[in-house]
Amino acid sequence: MSKHKIPEYNTSWSEEEQGRWGMVIDQDLCTGCQACVVACAMENNISFVGEEDVVYGRAMHWIRVERFWEGEYPEVKATDFQPVMCQQCGSAPCEPVCPVFASVHSQSEELNLQVYNRCVGTRYCANNCPYQVRVFNWRDWERPEPLNNQLNPTVTVRQRGVMEKCTFCVQRIHEAEDSAQSEGRELVDGEVQPACVQACPADAIVFGRIDDPESEVSKLTKGGRGVQLLEDLGTQPRVTYLKGG
Amino acid sequence: MAVSAKPLSHPQVEMHHDPRQYLMLDPRPRGEMNEMVMDSMLSISWKFWVAAGILGIIVLVCLFGAWGYMIFEGLGVAGTNRPAYWGIFLVNTVFWIGISHAGTFVSALLRVFKAEFRRPFTRAAELMTTFGLVQAGLSIFMHMGRVWLSYWMFPYPNQRGLWPNFHSPLMWDFLAINTYLLASTMYLFLPLIPDVAMARDRSTGWRKNLYRILSLGFRGTEGEWTHLRHAMNIFAFAILPVMFSVHTIVSWDFAVATRPGWSSTIFGPYFVIGALHSGIAAVAMVLIVIRAIMKNMKYFIRPEHFDALGKLMLIVSMAWAYFFFNDYMVQWYGGDKWTDQLLHFHEAGLLGWMWLGMLILNIAIPWLTLWNKKIRSNPWILFIVGLLINVGMWFERYIIIPISLTVNRMPFTWREYVPGIEVLLTIGTFAFFILLYMMATKLIPIVPVWEVQEGQMAHSLRRFGRETVISVSELE
Repeated sequence: MSKHKIPEYNTSWSEEEQGRWGMVIDQDLCTGCQACVVACAMENNISFVGEEDVVYGRAMHWIRVERFWEGEYPEVKATDFQPVMCQQCGSAPCEPVCPVFASVHSQSEELNLQVYNRCVGTRYCANNCPYQVRVFNWRDWERPEPLNNQLNPTVTVRQRGVMEKCTFCVQRIHEAEDSAQSEGRELVDGEVQPACVQACPADAIVFGRIDDPESEVSKLTKGGRGVQLLEDLGTQPRVTYLKGG
Repeated sequence: MAVSAKPLSHPQVEMHHDPRQYLMLDPRPRGEMNEMVMDSMLSISWKFWVAAGILGIIVLVCLFGAWGYMIFEGLGVAGTNRPAYWGIFLVNTVFWIGISHAGTFVSALLRVFKAEFRRPFTRAAELMTTFGLVQAGLSIFMHMGRVWLSYWMFPYPNQRGLWPNFHSPLMWDFLAINTYLLASTMYLFLPLIPDVAMARDRSTGWRKNLYRILSLGFRGTEGEWTHLRHAMNIFAFAILPVMFSVHTIVSWDFAVATRPGWSSTIFGPYFVIGALHSGIAAVAMVLIVIRAIMKNMKYFIRPEHFDALGKLMLIVSMAWAYFFFNDYMVQWYGGDKWTDQLLHFHEAGLLGWMWLGMLILNIAIPWLTLWNKKIRSNPWILFIVGLLINVGMWFERYIIIPISLTVNRMPFTWREYVPGIEVLLTIGTFAFFILLYMMATKLIPIVPVWEVQEGQMAHSLRRFGRETVISVSELE
């Protein structure tokens, strides 16, 4: 009888471990225009759920632009816009709770990925995500006739009952790596651009290798203005927010 | 085991009452008692079939119909959203597992400690365990997004080399509930064997065939009794840790998560006590209904039993109040910003009435009523108190799951949870439970008649000088 290989589960993350891909979002530059939200929806075949379901909290966006205000009406002061997507935690709370290994840490990209085909829809990962960035397919939402033609062929379309979330556009990472490999060269910093980065008119989002100290993303991360969301939970997020420049 | 059988409480004090008020001191001939149990099982009136028909229609429409619709349409027809990813389905799961707890608690713990008043109603309690677990399991499956793939939670060898994740609390839960279902079903079956054998000897037709199979050829020889006693003893001891572990593991689904209001180390015992609180109240309710509806049951189930169960309910209510206070105080004292927000939301949020109602129903009402022997011996008052406790415990689970989920660390996503099709499915599970229970009372003897007879043989009245005392002998 052949020996079954049981997947190993890495329970210990070292503090120094930086991860591979990272992102920086400059809140001083963000204008809250929502172009990233639209670009992400186009790139990743995100369903349009309709007004009623959006109001009820079932929007499928993988990235959202949070806005808050300070003070009581009418003396309210808007705060900076805060785009939030999956933080690609190094020590992700969503991973250990999935009973079927649908929420996994990929070894080659060091990203937190959702295996749609494996998901049975217990929704535990979403409950345990402190950033609330996971979205669930509550229905099979319709894609009326011309809209089905804009589906991105490199991204899976998800069924009802499946959890999904931001992947840092892993399909674009692979595409860039493949073309670099076929041309026999290394990846250049800034060559990989997730849809949100590409669409941002203010260049508020920067993406790249955070294990490369020379990359723009590493320099910005360590530039002194960076904060991470809910740092105290020890989730080791790979997204850094810049503020107060 | 060093525990000796306990005679009924306060033998001297109660002696000027009629000792025949106690079932153990009111023996009847064995043949007559067997006939009474057979009669209550076999007499099926037209009312039974009408009730069964109505319940069956409710089950078909509200449970299987609505569930089928939900599977076809997706979970959007239910009320879950972001951030309340878990809703009434898991509230019901925890509730039904709680109900299933008391069956084992009442039966196994009282058997282990040889509490004599347990004898006539152990089976009624054990049946609740099994049928409650069926509803809990159904509720978990309703909750899943792709229920048709739920077999992926089984650790079965497959071509793709995939294995379930044993780090997940849901996996622990899955294994614990399965273990409990198997163990409690066997524990229900073992004491049933002599009664089924009794029924086999007194029935004809398809029933005789059914009981012949179920009784496994039991004839009542000394060797068979010895083996049966050994097996029951092992199971009674072994099932108690299983019972405590099941609800502890259910509580870990919440306690190990990184959510404010959930990650509380007291959740294990708090959930177990909560389960007993609703479960014992449910046992009392079921007994009251059986006594009122079924024939000859007034002989077997008496005010003394309601008195004993009422005391148990009062004690468990006090224990629950202690754990509730403990859980609340530690979370409040922790001073975490988000937990503070959540506690405030519990008390003064949109559903603050539910939090207050939980405290009134779970603490105030049992404490104000059950202290009095007259009140707790009255079946219908006890029924109402039991019902209110169960409503209160359902509120508690509702507060822990969807209400706690609406407040999290990302205030931008805070949203209210409004139940949708869950309401129908909840009605369906309750109807299904009642239907299964009704059918079971007509298929198997609901009173473990051999246990009652054994107890009556062991009890006797003896005179010491002028004093008459109750004595009970060890039969094993």
